Amino acid sequence: MRKILTGNYAVAEAVKLADVEFIAAYPITPQTTIVERLAEMVERGELNAEFVRVESEHSALAAVYGASAGGLRAFTATSSHGLLYMYEMCWWVANSRLPVVMAVVTRTIGPPWNIHTEHTDILTLRDTGWIIAMSENAQEALDLTLLGFKIAEQVNLPFAIGLDGFQVSHTAEVVDVPESLDGFLPKRERFFVIEPGNPITVGGLTENECSMTIRKEMAKDMERVGELVRNSGYVRDYDLVEEYRMEDAEYVVISMGAWCGDMKDAIDILREKGVQIGMLRLRFVRPFPKEFVEKLDCKVLVVDRNYSVGLGGIIATEVKSIANCDVHGIVAGLGGVDVGVDDFVSMFRKFVRGELKGWWP
Amino acid sequence: MECMIAKPSKGAAGKTGLWRTFKPIYHPERCNLCQLCWLYCPENVIDVSEDGITIDYEYCKGCGICAKICVKNAIEMVREEET
Repeated sequence: MRKILTGNYAVAEAVKLADVEFIAAYPITPQTTIVERLAEMVERGELNAEFVRVESEHSALAAVYGASAGGLRAFTATSSHGLLYMYEMCWWVANSRLPVVMAVVTRTIGPPWNIHTEHTDILTLRDTGWIIAMSENAQEALDLTLLGFKIAEQVNLPFAIGLDGFQVSHTAEVVDVPESLDGFLPKRERFFVIEPGNPITVGGLTENECSMTIRKEMAKDMERVGELVRNSGYVRDYDLVEEYRMEDAEYVVISMGAWCGDMKDAIDILREKGVQIGMLRLRFVRPFPKEFVEKLDCKVLVVDRNYSVGLGGIIATEVKSIANCDVHGIVAGLGGVDVGVDDFVSMFRKFVRGELKGWWP
Repeated sequence: MECMIAKPSKGAAGKTGLWRTFKPIYHPERCNLCQLCWLYCPENVIDVSEDGITIDYEYCKGCGICAKICVKNAIEMVREEET
């Protein structure tokens, strides 16, 4: 059924479709309307979930941790400072192999206070062991949330879906909402069972080798994610990346998130002028779509809406570690600074001429 | 992740009695068998019978909670080298 939904409401619809059993969250702009809508659904009896109000994001993910360890399908959502406040629990969830799904509505980390989009917040999850996906629009936010539960429960790793603050989270679009899931999401199977009368402790003090074993096992399951995404059985086909006008491309732009829509417009404009340029849009950051980057044989531009002070754009750094061709990184749009189609046209032109510097503007 | 899951068992962390600095010494003549020490012992190393209590020194870490909670002063904490 086609509905007009913002990205945040699309995520809430997906959570409802997934029959989530437990939700705990703390409000933070621009995430708030996800859990607001979910609270309404629970209140109206449309969603049979336990909704727990907590006093902080750390508690939100701690509650979700407990619910998920107890076997429930659990969800939370946050942004920016909220994500940082729950950061410790992010690692607990990952190493305990709990298939939690979390929406991260990307927002600049302060100071100064800033509620607009930047991807540095979600990229703090990079090393935790969470699967990290990044949506371009409301439709993808809905689809990746549903895919999230499926994949997370198959590999027992938590799943984060990124939505650009306001650009995806608060922009209404036509979204195709599946009527039902037709067995796409079967009842969750538990990796370990905590129940009364058969007590266990997860993650207590143990021998050093265990820590290493845990991370090695996680790496192995993370490697299965690409194949599972391609063969998920979802109503729409997905892969770790979207390839746009890549045929015969001499220049390829790599980026992620909402502004990739503007980049595609810029690519169309340049294609009309005869520039052989295309785009590799990262739909997933973890697992990193290595196989797609490795095979590139052209000049690559990475546009990062994030920054690691002392080295550079985070995605550019990762692409450089894998690619077998020239990679140029540029940092743009930090703090939600607007970068539009005209900017991308002139940015890509400068890149083609070899005149592009490291920051835009 | 088997290595990360612990099931309750005796001495899962080794002979923790070796950690002890102070040893609880039981004075049965003062004991009224109220069982508070049994209830409060965080290590579950106190057994109660009609004849009094016994302490499993292989796993007692010497925390002293039993001595503190005992209203009859029937448990005394003594430095290990003095016992």
